[in-house]
Amino acid sequence: MDDPLYREEILDHYYSSPHRGHLESPDLVSDLDNPLCGDEIHLELSLGTDGRINQVRFEGHGCVISQAATSLLADRVEGATLDEVRQITPVDVVKLLGVTLSPTRMKCGLLGWKALQKAVAEPGPARE
Amino acid sequence: MDSTEVKADPVLQAEQRSGLLSREPIDDLRQAGASGGNWQAAAHRASRFDLEEVRTAFPALRQEVSPGVPLIYFDSAATSLKPQQVVQAVLDFMTIYPANVHRGLHTLSERATEAFEGARDKVARLLGVEDSGQIIFTRGTTEAINLVAQSWGRAELKPGDAIVLSELEHHSNLVPWQMLARERGVELKYVELTDDARLDPDALEAALTDRVRLVAVTGMSNVTGTIPPLERIVEMVHARGARVLVDAAQSLPHHRLNFGRLGVDFVAFSGHKLFGPTGIGVLYGKRELLEAMPPVSFGGSMVVRVDRQRAEWNEIPWKFEAGTPPIAEAIGLGAAIDYLSQFSAQELAGHERGLLTHAHDVLGQIASLRILGPADPEQKGAIVSFTMEGTHPHDLAQLLDRHGIAIRAGHHCAMPLHVRLGIPASARASFSMYNTIAEIDRLGVALESIRLLFRRHSHEQVAPRPATRAATEFPNG
Ligand SMILES: Cc1ncc(COP(=O)(O)O)c(C=O)c1O
Repeated sequence: MDDPLYREEILDHYYSSPHRGHLESPDLVSDLDNPLCGDEIHLELSLGTDGRINQVRFEGHGCVISQAATSLLADRVEGATLDEVRQITPVDVVKLLGVTLSPTRMKCGLLGWKALQKAVAEPGPARE
Repeated sequence: MDSTEVKADPVLQAEQRSGLLSREPIDDLRQAGASGGNWQAAAHRASRFDLEEVRTAFPALRQEVSPGVPLIYFDSAATSLKPQQVVQAVLDFMTIYPANVHRGLHTLSERATEAFEGARDKVARLLGVEDSGQIIFTRGTTEAINLVAQSWGRAELKPGDAIVLSELEHHSNLVPWQMLARERGVELKYVELTDDARLDPDALEAALTDRVRLVAVTGMSNVTGTIPPLERIVEMVHARGARVLVDAAQSLPHHRLNFGRLGVDFVAFSGHKLFGPTGIGVLYGKRELLEAMPPVSFGGSMVVRVDRQRAEWNEIPWKFEAGTPPIAEAIGLGAAIDYLSQFSAQELAGHERGLLTHAHDVLGQIASLRILGPADPEQKGAIVSFTMEGTHPHDLAQLLDRHGIAIRAGHHCAMPLHVRLGIPASARASFSMYNTIAEIDRLGVALESIRLLFRRHSHEQVAPRPATRAATEFPNG
């Protein structure tokens, strides 16, 4: 099936994201879920000495869109400053996915982005 | 009607033996009286169910979702399509006699009042009750249940009383009771379901203590299609002196039960799932209950006399219908009932039974697909909810949409049921009179192609983990 939403690259991110997993000692973490569809994302970030994002890892489950968008975002923000992350808009996420999303699917597409914004907006102490 | 052409239907037959199912087309109920009559003669007068003719009556079916991809509508449990007759009835009201009801003495107002109250009579006949004063128009099932909770519930229930619900219920038959329970110190108890989501009367018996005042139960699950044994339930609950409310939102479009004979205390349903417009629904209640219940919404129409300090309530049903009612919507619902009543309940049930059985056969052959609820299509209504291993229901719905197939994905406003089934969400295909066997075959083909798409990508790789947590109780949704 030729479906831009379910193209190879997206499904690869869904099934075998290089960013799946946990970090040894994350500097920032955040959790978000969408009870309406049962999607959930747990996000962990580590910062380098220069304050830039070093590594991003996530765990979660949900539809292709929510999981792949999170993985694509993780790719995008490794190496970025927190300020740069804060500037990322929903429009950027849609561009990363390379498809237009219906209003309902937009919620899925933005779950990882919201988790990321939450992580960089409220830097809490890292998990024990 | 030639009854030999209709597939034998054990559920239907059992209901007919018990005399609960309205076998007559609705117009004949009027002549025969709701409690009997010559249903065979009635059946002869009913027009034969002709699938092609039925499909032409529903204009929405004449469209393509994208060029070359015709619509396959498998989301009738969310809302049904509307026949042209309903559209026309609403249009006539709006173009020819768009007057208010119960207020004018002019011709248009009389006509509107007649059509509006005529719709109420049609609802009464559909439910098998003789007195249309017991039919209250609401915005839908949700508002009807809220009305019972806020009026009957607040007036009747005391701290320590209990309400019994089932895990099958839609949020609209849960949340109003949760609010009442919190407000009145009432306990909420749940009937435990079997693992295949059936409601075992013995489990209900176990929950029925002397403190139980109400059992609120669905006539048919909007997720699994489970049909609880209402006759048994009513018997058991009445034996304990408690009341029964049936949420008939899903059951009524598929099973015409004679609620009057069944002795149910309250029935709620929505017009929009019964081929009518949105914004109209019904609460049926026994006369003595409704008369004792206080109104919960106040204003015009629901009063007979108002002085500067006080007002005197109108009689039922108007006591509960404050303000200008949804006139166009009620007239549309009346037209929907007229449309439905051309066909005998048996013909419709036979057609839907055929669709459901075929759907179970076709979907049952797809590897990694799990059908939720009763495995035997004879034990349920025309809904198939399912999960596909490694594929989120949202992705299923989106990909099926590319094939023109409309299904629903999510928790279908039944989170506790999904918790019971151990899944966060499901995909749901629901069928109605206008669906065909060929459409179900198309669903099968599309699902198989989706399965292959996902398998191709996941092979040799770690399959996505199953849900680590099921839906939990969140306030919204
Ligand atoms: C079993 C059941 N009960 C209640 C409702 C609520 O109906 P409405 O939203 O029309 O009030 C629905 C439909 O959504 C339903 O399927």
